[in-house]
Amino acid sequence: MAPDLIGLLGFNVLAGIATLALITLGLGVIYGMMRIINLAHGEFMMLGAYTAVAASDAGLNIWVAMLVLPPLVVGLIGLVLERTVIRFLYGRMMDTMLATWGISLGLIGLVTSIYGNVVRGVSTPVGSFEIGRYGASLYSLVIVAAACAALAGLYLLLRLTKFGLILRATMQNPRMAASLGVSPDRIYMATFALGAGLAGLAGGVLAPISGISPAMGAAYISRAFITVLGGGPAILTGTGLASTLFGFINELVSFKTTPVIGDVALLVAAVLLIRVLPQGITGRYLRRSL
Amino acid sequence: MTRPPSPLRALVRPASLSFLAMVASGLVILFGAPHVLDTFGLVQMTGFTAMAMFALSQGFIWGYGGVMSFGQAAFLGLGGYAYAVGVLNMGDSTVPVFLAIAVPMLFAGLLGYFMFYGRISDAYIGVITLTVSVILFQLVNTTSGSQYRIGEAELGGFNGIPAIPALNLPGDAGNQLDPEGIWYAAMGSLVVVYMFLRAILASRFGRVVVAIRENETRAQLIGYDPRLYKLLAFMISAGIAGLAGCLFANWGGFISPTVFGLTMSAQVIIFVLVGGLGTLLGPILGAVLIQWLTIEAGAQNVIDSNLGLGAILVTFVLLIPQGLVPVARNLVLRLGTALSGRRMRAKPLGPAPGTALAGEVRR
Repeated sequence: MAPDLIGLLGFNVLAGIATLALITLGLGVIYGMMRIINLAHGEFMMLGAYTAVAASDAGLNIWVAMLVLPPLVVGLIGLVLERTVIRFLYGRMMDTMLATWGISLGLIGLVTSIYGNVVRGVSTPVGSFEIGRYGASLYSLVIVAAACAALAGLYLLLRLTKFGLILRATMQNPRMAASLGVSPDRIYMATFALGAGLAGLAGGVLAPISGISPAMGAAYISRAFITVLGGGPAILTGTGLASTLFGFINELVSFKTTPVIGDVALLVAAVLLIRVLPQGITGRYLRRSL
Repeated sequence: MTRPPSPLRALVRPASLSFLAMVASGLVILFGAPHVLDTFGLVQMTGFTAMAMFALSQGFIWGYGGVMSFGQAAFLGLGGYAYAVGVLNMGDSTVPVFLAIAVPMLFAGLLGYFMFYGRISDAYIGVITLTVSVILFQLVNTTSGSQYRIGEAELGGFNGIPAIPALNLPGDAGNQLDPEGIWYAAMGSLVVVYMFLRAILASRFGRVVVAIRENETRAQLIGYDPRLYKLLAFMISAGIAGLAGCLFANWGGFISPTVFGLTMSAQVIIFVLVGGLGTLLGPILGAVLIQWLTIEAGAQNVIDSNLGLGAILVTFVLLIPQGLVPVARNLVLRLGTALSGRRMRAKPLGPAPGTALAGEVRR
């Protein structure tokens, strides 16, 4: 294999890992903190992408439209849904899954009613560069940067701020936190909004490289779910490790065959992994990490 | 003093009575519908029947096995495709019908082995089954082009397989069934599957499955292996879903990757939830009701069907999580209690008709 091909492949693997981390983080926050599997995650991403489309159509700066607005808008939507639906179902895991599935269908239907079942797009704001004889998209670097920023930001938030401390304490023992004067209800609300916002960010960042349609979420959720399962209870370490493992497998198999076979390989790898490690990677190793 | 029930007395036990009533009404519909409905109505009813059987498969594994299978559409699709590929290759539909049951069962056995023997949590099972159906959808979607063929059958990618030959009389490939014949086959097998599931639930195996749903640790301590029982129940459910897929392919003469889709998996969950979890009648009624509503809404073109389904799902989870059939039954029971309570307050209440089986398996 020529060195430039290896370089290209390595670059694509890196971009694949970053994409996986980005689309998983929002799901991981909500699952890791609240033990809720948010089946509307893909639709939150879809809403983020539509926010980016609407904002850039309205003439906003493309970077603002992609990186700033989607997390804010989708975070707000997540907040509203948490207040109106999810909060009544805490402690009933299956019911929250069903309710978020209902929300997912509802959002698909709503966006279809508003925008129609057509594929839209946003133009990529940056060009390409060359690795030897091959062209590679500079936008992949944006994705890597966004994923790193999201991971680092979340780490700093959880580790260094007072809010992060309260959040972690509430997740460990809500009653104790409540007796110390924290309102768990409000913390759950904020966590759900945070997870939704991260999903929105992923949708906004990936908008230029995906076909934006009401049902686009389905293309991402299988990979996001697999990564959360593989990662296990620790949000950041789990997402990071599982994204690296699965992103590597996915990109290599996709490179040799097709992206769909890449997804199949991902699923097979995950099913084999949970047979050995039912709690995910961080269920056994690095348990005390964040 | 209690005496062992004589066979005649066993027949008039509430559970047997409800069973006989259900089978009788099934048979009435089976033989009555062709006299009442025209061909269009009959074909529509056949579609409902296929969905009702699909709902039964979900109602069994979810309501009695306690396994959250969120990707039941995977088995529906596998069954439909197995039938289509089989019948296009063989010409005769006898073996393909068995293929439609066996292929999903084997697939469920393989998947279930990793899930149940990995001892992953219920939520993870939901996520994995969901993911499997999504990935099967994507996989079958990419099989367009003549290089993707199994024997004579081109898989056709997104467009699916058109012109699937209908069922024929067993062993007689020239004698294909007309729409009325398909109706008899579909509704007849629904009645048979219902009876089969009632028999399973009344058997020792079914009681262990329900016991595991109620308390897995306790069942294990008594000496049953929950992994094995869950796996077998999962496979039975997959086989029924596969048969539903076969009927579905017969109903339209056509199958496409949408049978694997998320909407299909969501729909069947909604059928069961609306009808009533932990009953067998509920999923059947839920399927017919929701399918009918979907068709009506589609004809009126008022709201997007996804929006409607989502609203129904959220509403039921929040407000009526037990489903319509149990709610109706409780209403009838309460009414009966009120009436009999007024007449003879002192007499303790015995079990009401229809509660003997359901009461044991429902919380």
